[in-house]
Amino acid sequence: MTAPQEVSVGEDDRVRLAPGVMLRQDRVRNHWQLLGPERVLVLDDIALEVVRATTGQPVTVREAIDALAAQFDAPRAEIAADVREVLADMIAKGFLTR
Amino acid sequence: MTAHCSTGTTLEPPLAILAELTHRCPLRCAYCSNPLQLDPASRELDTATWCRVLDEAAEMGVIQVHFSGGEPTARKDLETLVAHATQAGLYVNLITSAVLLDRTRLKRLRDAGLQHVQVGFQDTVADKAERISGFPGGHPKKLEVARDVTDLGLALTVNAIVQRHNIDRVDDFIDMALDLGAGRIEIANVQYYGWALKNRGALMPTHEQLIRMDERVRARLPELKGRLVVDYVVPDYYGKRPKACMGGWGSKFLNINPSGAVLPCHAAETIPGLTFDRVTERPLADIWANSAAFQRYRGTDWMPARCRSCDQKEVDWGGCRCQALALTGNADNADPVCELSEHHGLLAGITAADGGTAEVPLTYRSFSL
Repeated sequence: MTAPQEVSVGEDDRVRLAPGVMLRQDRVRNHWQLLGPERVLVLDDIALEVVRATTGQPVTVREAIDALAAQFDAPRAEIAADVREVLADMIAKGFLTR
Repeated sequence: MTAHCSTGTTLEPPLAILAELTHRCPLRCAYCSNPLQLDPASRELDTATWCRVLDEAAEMGVIQVHFSGGEPTARKDLETLVAHATQAGLYVNLITSAVLLDRTRLKRLRDAGLQHVQVGFQDTVADKAERISGFPGGHPKKLEVARDVTDLGLALTVNAIVQRHNIDRVDDFIDMALDLGAGRIEIANVQYYGWALKNRGALMPTHEQLIRMDERVRARLPELKGRLVVDYVVPDYYGKRPKACMGGWGSKFLNINPSGAVLPCHAAETIPGLTFDRVTERPLADIWANSAAFQRYRGTDWMPARCRSCDQKEVDWGGCRCQALALTGNADNADPVCELSEHHGLLAGITAADGGTAEVPLTYRSFSL
């Protein structure tokens, strides 16, 4: 078994919400969240945009980064680092899967 | 929610509710944590009342509902309740023994909006599992249903209920969860409340067994990252600091029993002197904010002086009230799992007397459908 100790995400990967995970707006607490089995992950603005860009349509991580860089008119390298970090964390926590 | 609790901070709405739809259950598990006195079918809330309560829960800010029991699939209206909860905006979990389920019904539940199914497993070996559950044929049925759960695209949790006879197979439980395609495993050491207390001397493992299990689980965690979420309930009889039971009394969760009593935790009915309001008599949000049973141990004002001066008081919230009651005779005491409790020494006596590996006759639960 050579399973990695830390999750790392490549630009050719495609991610999707893990089974039983949904994106939901919490109108009482006034934020967006990912809901999964017995769990809630509160999303900040960056995490929300990453989830939308990578799971909203069937795209590679590379395509999602390109789209976000264009949308926010930000340096691609900066966006790419944010996206890969957010995705790795969400995969490690079981909210997203490849 | 604008109600305030005794410490003066704003009371948040609960994150989740445990809806115990029925106490009926085909299994006879020796470790059952339901109260000794069960609600008969004739006292169960009807469909319309549950639907109203689900609407009230969503309205007040509850995010998730856990349909539980007893065996919730014994209710013929489960599909209706799942659909209603989903339409109300709740995330729907089903906590089940799985033995009454089949693929057709699972499909109907999925189509109604069910997201996640947690299946309880008593062991990884059929005859050993069925000795604990008292239900012949249960184990292969559970495996079959669990495969259907993942095959239908639902999230699966394997709930591994751990006691002295299966604790050495914790690796097998993890492998079984991976093999079934589960996204999550709950390694749940038996908690000795309700019926389970009768079987403590037949189920409690030894300290050596616990240490071995703990080493095995921790050794597996790195390779499971990103593949299987591991929620791990450490058995606290051998612990030094109490767990924050329910994330703090009346802080994050509430529990509705089959006849509609609203409880701060699943075992709260064991505590004498508490009175519980019913969803048939008062709105859920009002019960959460103002019910005497919720106020009784909410926050830190109720704590003994020693706990009130402790820097962990808002970490563990004084531990578990039901455990304080079961072990010291008074629910107002600090949880004796805490090494600072004057009753902590009791635990060494209990684990010496009841911890073991021997096969002792079990006292089975019996509550027919």
